[in-house]
Formats: sequence, C-alpha cells, structure tokens
Amino acid sequence: MTPQAARLGRRGSLGVGRTRVPLGPFYGAMLALLYLPIAILFVFSFNAGTALSFPIEGLTLDWYGEVLDNGAMLDAARNSLVVGVGSATLATALGSMVAVAVLRFRFRGRSLLLALAGLPLIVPFVVMGVAFFLLFVAVDVPRSLFTVGIGHSIIAVPYATLIVLARLSGLDPALEDAAMDLGATYPSTLRRVVLPLMGQTLLSAWLTCFIVSFDEIALAIFLVGGDPTFPVFLYGQLRFAQRLPVLIAMAVLLMVGTVALTLIAMRLRQARWAERSPYRL
Amino acid sequence: MLGRRGTLKFLAGPPLVWLALFFLLPLFLIAAFSFRAGSGAIGPSDPWAPSVEQYQEVLGTPAFMRLLGVSVLVAVGVAGFATLLAYPVAYFLTFRAGSHASLYLTLLLVPFAVSYLLRVMAWKLMLGPEGGINSLLGSLGLTEEPIGLLLYSRPAVIITLVYVWIPFAALPIYAAMQRIDRNHLEAAADLGAGPWARFWRVTVPLSLPGALATFFMVFIPTVGEYVTPSLVGGTDGIMYGNIIQGFFTRSANWPMGSAMAMIMLGLTLTLVVVALRVVDLRRVAA
Repeated sequence: MTPQAARLGRRGSLGVGRTRVPLGPFYGAMLALLYLPIAILFVFSFNAGTALSFPIEGLTLDWYGEVLDNGAMLDAARNSLVVGVGSATLATALGSMVAVAVLRFRFRGRSLLLALAGLPLIVPFVVMGVAFFLLFVAVDVPRSLFTVGIGHSIIAVPYATLIVLARLSGLDPALEDAAMDLGATYPSTLRRVVLPLMGQTLLSAWLTCFIVSFDEIALAIFLVGGDPTFPVFLYGQLRFAQRLPVLIAMAVLLMVGTVALTLIAMRLRQARWAERSPYRL
Repeated sequence: MLGRRGTLKFLAGPPLVWLALFFLLPLFLIAAFSFRAGSGAIGPSDPWAPSVEQYQEVLGTPAFMRLLGVSVLVAVGVAGFATLLAYPVAYFLTFRAGSHASLYLTLLLVPFAVSYLLRVMAWKLMLGPEGGINSLLGSLGLTEEPIGLLLYSRPAVIITLVYVWIPFAALPIYAAMQRIDRNHLEAAADLGAGPWARFWRVTVPLSLPGALATFFMVFIPTVGEYVTPSLVGGTDGIMYGNIIQGFFTRSANWPMGSAMAMIMLGLTLTLVVVALRVVDLRRVAA
C-alpha cells in the first residue's frame, strides 16, 4: 500500500461515511443468476434421459463417451481450432504493427490507420457477414475454413490493436532510443528490446483473438463452406432434441478449455489492476 | 539496412492492405449491390444497372421499417438493462470489494468465456415449457400447468441477450471507475458532501464515459442480432437481422438484402458518431 493510499484509508475509516446500499448481496445475486443456467446445463450433461426437464432420470457419463465417437463433431471442433489459431496469429501480427506504427511514428494517415483498425468493432456482424459473402462470390472464391479465417482476422484486429496499444503506450520510448544509440537498427530494436518486453501482452492479445474466433457464429454462418466450425455445427444440430445431451457434453468440455484460456489472458493483462486504494465511499 | 521510414512502410503497409482488401472492399461491395436493379442471387458478372429501387422498397415497406424500429428498441433495451445491472457491480468491484476485487472480477467474467451458443441454449432450457423454470416450479408444486409464454417471444430474446452481455458490460464501467482520482472524492468529503452527493456529483459524471462505452459495445452487436432471435425468439421474436440473413439464404435477393444491410450500417455509424460527440463534449466541459 502506498503511503498516500494508507492516509486515504485512515481518513476513510475515520470520518467519511458510505451509503448503506447492499452492493455485496447485489453482486452475489448477479453471480448466482449468471451461473445458474450454466449449472443447469452442466447437470443435464450427466442426465441419463434425453428429455431436458426435472427431475433428472439418473446419472450417466454416456454422453461424454458419445462425444468421442462423434466424428463430425470432433472435426468441427478441430476446424474451429485451426481457424482460431490462424486468424488470431494474423490479427495479433497486424494489430501489433498498427500499434507500433501509430505510437512510435508521426506520419500522414496515422489517425486514419488507427480508425481503420478500430472500425470493425462498430460494424454489426450481420452486415459484415453479408459483405464478406458478396466479396467471395464476386471474386469467385469458394467459401471454406480459409474464408472464415479471413473474416475472423478482420473482426479480431481491433481487439489486438487495443490490447497492444494499451501496453505499448506505457513503455518508455527512451528504451528504444537507447538501443538505437548503441547501434541497433530500428527493426532489431523492435525484435530485441520491444518484443521481449511485450511478450505477455502479445500472448494475451493472441488468446483474446483466439477466443473471439473460436466462439464466433454470426459471421461464420455466411462464410463456411462444407466444413463447419464448431459453433456453426452446434447451431445446425440444436433443432434435434435427441442430440442435445451429447452437444451439451461437448460444449461443456470446450467450455473448460475456453474458460482456462480466458483466465490466462486476463492474468497476463491484469497485473497492474491489483493496486487499489482502500478509500471507500 | 532498413531505416525508420522503411520500417514504417513495413509496419503500416500490411495492416493497411489487409483492411482495405477484406474490410473496406466488402463494405464497398454491399454498397454497390444495394444500388443495383433487379432481384435474386445476382452474380457480379450479371449486367449492372444503377437503381434506388431497393431502398424505395425497403423504406416503403412498413413491415421492414417496423422491424427496424423494434430491433433498435430491443437493442436499446438490452444495452440499457445490461448497463444498469452492470453499473452497481462495477461500483462494488471498484469501491467495496477491497483486496478481493481481482477474484470477484474473475468470477464475473467466467460465464462470458462460456460459449455464446451454449449460454443462449441454457436460456432456451430455462424458459421452455418443459424447461428449468417451469419444471422447477412444477416439481415444487407451485404451478399446475407449465407457463407457455416464456419461450419464443420478444421478451425471451431480451432476457437471453441481457444475460449474455452482463459480464462484459461491467468491464468498461469498471475501467472508468478505476481511473477516478480518489482525491476528488476526498475533496468532496472535505467540502461537506455526504456519500450520496459524492456519488451523484463525482462518481457518476466521471464514470459516465465508461457507461456510454458499455451501452454502445452492447448495442452494436445486439441491433444486428439474428442468431439469438432464431433460437429463442420464434416467429414473434425475429429481428431486422433475420430478414437480412433471409435475403441471402432462403429467399435469395441479394440487392434487397444489401440495401437493408446498408440502412443498418448507416444507422449504427450515425449513432456512434453522435455518441462520440456527446462524450467528447463532456471531456471539453470537464
């Protein structure tokens, strides 16, 4: 705790009151509301019957076993993995380039470049999906995982740019000047000074882009060819009530993976959020 | 050896080319298609005749305009509810959670990492006639008959989308509250402001940009939604996005779908520009 924070803390506990609004219980209620539907899904993935209603008919691990036998579903999950890795890598590279160019150079079109990298965030996915659809029809490129990857690389660029930008703006440019004074070229400065310092941030940006792609459906529906990504596959199967338990089991398995990735991405980005003042209102 | 200028070309070039090719060009193409005469799945090699007939038809069809209005209202409702519910949560995390804030934030964000479709499906189960809420009420003996109206309605779409967005909605507000200088609050207290006065006159104005950011980060994806309405909305709950998607799938009419997409894009961009004005003006005033 900084001395200033400590002083504020003392003042806070001495004279300054706070409102009596029960925010803790409110937070708890929101959390319960957020977890309840997911918990119910989780329960049904162990339900022996296929009807998704209470009371459940007994416990089973069969659905998880069937996941492993469902080739189409595993293929779809693999497709999503491939698209996610490809588009996240591309988007992180492009976003980092934009961030370095915008923060370390003064040039005409600088704000244009930044605006362009952020704009995909404010175009509704259905519009973007239709636009991509027309593009690939116009240039006569058959739709495939490749076109989904291109689409996802575009919608992930804003996330990568913003995450890298936030960290890079806190990095003293004097470090780069020092490296160049010592004889390094700018590219090798980027590679040997900036890149090592940005490692965690880049990984965090990459994971965020990966999750954006892995979970994305509104755009992917317009862009998949014969090979569906997992969300598109799931969407197509949802109308068959009999298959729901297997789908839920698969989705629960994937959930464990994406939750883990999200937590890692947050950890990498958030080290600084820990410092806080105990001053209360 | 590459100089600084050469490095800049290398850094700015690829993103510029990629975004021009795969972001601006597709948007330009729907603009072009929307001003095209005829209907159906017209290919790019078909004859091109400029026309505003698509726009005339969209704007002249009350059903489309009504659906656009409803979609905007649904998006305003979802973004509004999500912001209002997330605001106290962000406040709790910033000012009350103390040393556990990081853990509490993580707990809040875990549901956001659960697949979007899975969360929508969870609400389909909750709201369905044989679903969680009804069968729970039934097995507790609280209701004799399942309540039928929960699923496949516009409220179902709104409830599901608010649920989907709440964890994320807290983030921009939390970030804005984190940046509030605690000295402002202390100064207000020294000058005799009570807790409520400090909240309304210091915390709220300073966290408003975060709340606005939340609102638009939820509004934009929601106004173009078509996946969630198709799952929990039924025929009563469809939105403007479902019609756009329909024109590119079931009833192929690409110029018409393009015109509808352009209208939605125009509306969204206008709202964002207006919002940026409002936020910037506040910054100037402060």
